[in-house]
Order: sequence, then C-alpha cells, then structure tokens
Amino acid sequence: MSNITAPGVQQVFQLKSASVSMTALELYYFDNDEFEETLRNKISQAPGFFRDIPLIISLEKYEGLDSELDFFKIIGACRRNSIHVIGVRGGNDDQRRLARGASLALMPGSGQRDKDHETTAEVADTPAAPAPQTAKEAAPAKIISQPVRSGQQVHAPEGDLVILAPVQAGAEVLAAGSIHVYGPLRGRALAGIHGSESARIFCQSLEAELVSIAGHYKISEDLQNNGWKSAVQIQLRDDLLVVAPLDKA
Amino acid sequence: MARIIVVTSGKGGVGKTTTSASISTGLAKRGHKTVVVDFDVGLRNLDLIMNCERRVVYDFVNVIQGDATLNQALIRDKRVDTLYILPTSQTREKEALTKEGVEKVINELAETFDYIICDSPAGIEHGALMALYYADEAVVVTNPEVSSVRDSDRILGILQSKSRRAEMGEDPVKEHLLLTRYNPDRVERGEMLSVADVEEILAIPLLGVIPESQVVLNASNQGLPVILETESDAGQAYDDAVARLLGEEREQRFMTNQKKGFFSRMFKGG
Repeated sequence: MSNITAPGVQQVFQLKSASVSMTALELYYFDNDEFEETLRNKISQAPGFFRDIPLIISLEKYEGLDSELDFFKIIGACRRNSIHVIGVRGGNDDQRRLARGASLALMPGSGQRDKDHETTAEVADTPAAPAPQTAKEAAPAKIISQPVRSGQQVHAPEGDLVILAPVQAGAEVLAAGSIHVYGPLRGRALAGIHGSESARIFCQSLEAELVSIAGHYKISEDLQNNGWKSAVQIQLRDDLLVVAPLDKA
Repeated sequence: MARIIVVTSGKGGVGKTTTSASISTGLAKRGHKTVVVDFDVGLRNLDLIMNCERRVVYDFVNVIQGDATLNQALIRDKRVDTLYILPTSQTREKEALTKEGVEKVINELAETFDYIICDSPAGIEHGALMALYYADEAVVVTNPEVSSVRDSDRILGILQSKSRRAEMGEDPVKEHLLLTRYNPDRVERGEMLSVADVEEILAIPLLGVIPESQVVLNASNQGLPVILETESDAGQAYDDAVARLLGEEREQRFMTNQKKGFFSRMFKGG
C-alpha cells in the first residue's frame, strides 16, 4: 500500500500527511533560571509522560521583550530535561527570525479562536497545521468483537477503539481517540491517551473501575451517582469529566 | 479424533477435581473410552476422589520423563471399565510438565481414547497453562460468588489468548460454564449471585448447575465420583451436564428451590 510507484522501482521515501498530537509550551516571558526550574517541576509530576516528547513553543501570549527571548537557552534547558523543542507557533516577525536562527520550525499561530479563552484544547489543536493537499487519512478504528476479559489489555495507539462485547472487570482498554463499548464497561477505559481532550468514552452500561480522558480520570466510587449501569457518554469539559446519558445526547 | 476437555477455574476449591471425576465417569458410563489426567503436580487429589490412590505406581511426570510407559502409569477404574486415570506426581514441581512432554503424552492418549479430561490446578501459573494448552473445549467451573466469577473471567481470557488453538489461529476453544455449589435459597436471600447474574457477566453458554449438597462431600470422602450417586440432585445434575456436553438437549434443573412436600419426598425418594 505504501509503494504505489512505477513497478519495480522502490523510492527512497514517500511524503505522507501526518497529524500528531503535540505538547505546546505557552511562554509568557523568559528568564533562564525560572524557566528551567518550572520545567523541572512540571516534569517531576509525570516523568514518564515528558520523556523524549517533541515540544513546540507557543509565542502567542508572549509578553516579554524580544531581546530576552533566547531560543538557544530554551532548547538547552529542554534538552537537559530530555525534551526536544522542534518549533515555534505564532509570534511576530522578529521572534520568528530568532527562532529560525535557532533552527526551529515555524508554525502558523492557531488564529483568533482561542485568544480570548485559555482552556480551549491547546494540545489537541496544535498539529492542525494546514495539511498538504492530499486528503487526510483518519487512523482506522480498531474493532474488537470478543469480550475483553479480566487481565487482558486492548490498545488502539492511533485511532478510536470499538468493542462489540463486554469489557470485564479487571480488563483495560486504551485508545488515542475515543472508546466505544457496545456492552457493559466494567473494567478500565482510557481514551485520549496521547492528550487528545476531544476524545470521548461511550458505553451501553457504565460499571467501570476507572475512566480517563487525556489523563483526567474518575474512579468507580466517583461514578456511582451519575449514569451508573446505564448508557452514557463521557467527555472532558473545562478539565472535568462529564457523564451524560446517551438517550439525551 | 479425541476430544480434549480441560476442567479449569482460576480459583481454587470451587470443584474442579470433583467435576473432572464426575464428567469423566459420566462419559465413560455412556461407553466412550475416557481418560482423566491430573495436572495438579504436587497436590495429588484426583486419585483420592476416584478411589485409586493405593494403585498408583507410576505417574504423569514419570511418563513425561521417560521413566515409565503410558500403559504402566494408566490406572483402570474398577467401576467403569472404559475409564482410565493418569495420576500426577505428589513429589515433583509443576515445572516437570514441559510443553513438549505434555504434548507427547496427550498425542499418545489421543490415539486410543475418545475423551481426554484434563483436571487443571488452581491459579494461572504454569500447571494451569499446561492443562489448558492443548484443549479443544473448556469446562469453566464457577461458584456463584464475585471472586470466583472474576477468576473464571481471567481464565477465559487466557483460554482465548494462550491456548494452542489461540496461538495457531485455529477455531477458539469452546467454552462451557458449570456453576457449582449453587444454593437457590441463598440466591433468593441475595447472599449468592444467581445463574442469570453469572451468565450475564461471563457471557458463555451454560453447561449446567450443580446444587450445593452434602452428598458431594460425602462422595468425595468415600472416593466415589458424585455422578454415581444417581439418586442425588448433584449426581443427576452432573449427568445432565455430561448429556449436554454430548450434544443432548436437556432442560436446566436445580436452579430454583422446590419445596418438597412430605408425600413427594416419600414417593420420589428425595
């Protein structure tokens, strides 16, 4: 499928459109020591999550002086903490010139949409840089028709996960996108594992041990009072998991 | 083709060996040449329930290690002459059961027997994995309580991922649910899960329900497979289960509490 070129001739590579979720660091001002200290604090909260991730520096809310903006120091501080700065988003012409000087990629700002409101999904929005003209191929959903039994784990690392059977207590299902369970959800379901805050969880009967979207989670105890043992969808709104009955959706 | 059936549960003490003894006896009584193999190395129990512990000379591990032939180790049942028992070792470690060794023995048994019943140890460790690895079918023995159901679910997952059939991508192991120690009174009082609850959670077909009964304990202590107690509820329930295993349609019994009046007790003999 990846080699639809002249017969017998294999190209060195092929360019494909890709859409990946990335973390953006929204910089307000820059001070080298403060920057590194804050970074270290953030990482210590979830060391595994930040290890070797790509990072883009968002300049849209930068209020410091352009002269203080030292990308080499930023890159250095990030490197020391195993984070790879790959580009900048937004910023004025001078700032972008500095970024180019530090060999960083330039990405357009994310527009006016989230200027006024901070909480709109920065992480999920960023990669939507204008894709090349090729049609964007959605990652296919992974479809499971057997029960996911206790002790089993089903993982959809790219797209959605659809399960046409029960997810049993002690089982775990994970997806980069949304999770749909056409049966009772009795185990653990983690959607948006790469940070997609628009991911949702749907199930025909909510009996879960844990549900999580983009790292925000609720355990069974916190789920009992709302939609328990009924058909629901779960989504993230303003950093809160919201359980809503499916029939009223 | 021999049918290889594992009797398994995950949880201990739910009635695997009792079930292995009764199902193998039931199949043999119907004229099928049957062998029941004890996979619980180190905790040899099957021969006690089958009342042949005093006739054990060689065991499963001896055969695997080439110290004895299969014919030397197989014990013929005294009550049903188409039934054989392959006892296990009481002194070895579970690791003595190698995949190759077990395969060799199973293949040799498959040449002469119609049914090979594998009595699995509890747990999900090596011994249990060996017992289920070559199975075509599985009887999952479950008690009507939450932890037993959870463990059965775990073992069902293992059957569908770690058995030979799963690894080779063949048709999956056929699963049967056998609910044992069922007490309709306690279900009514909400102290036990009901048949419907367990069926709903595990989502596999029901082979039978064995009522909780003093007869089971007595039979075990006497070295008698309870299926031979033909007058008892538990014995009849096992007989039904065997019939269903052979494809016969039989209505489920013993799921509700029939209060017996004095006369019916007199005339039907309990």
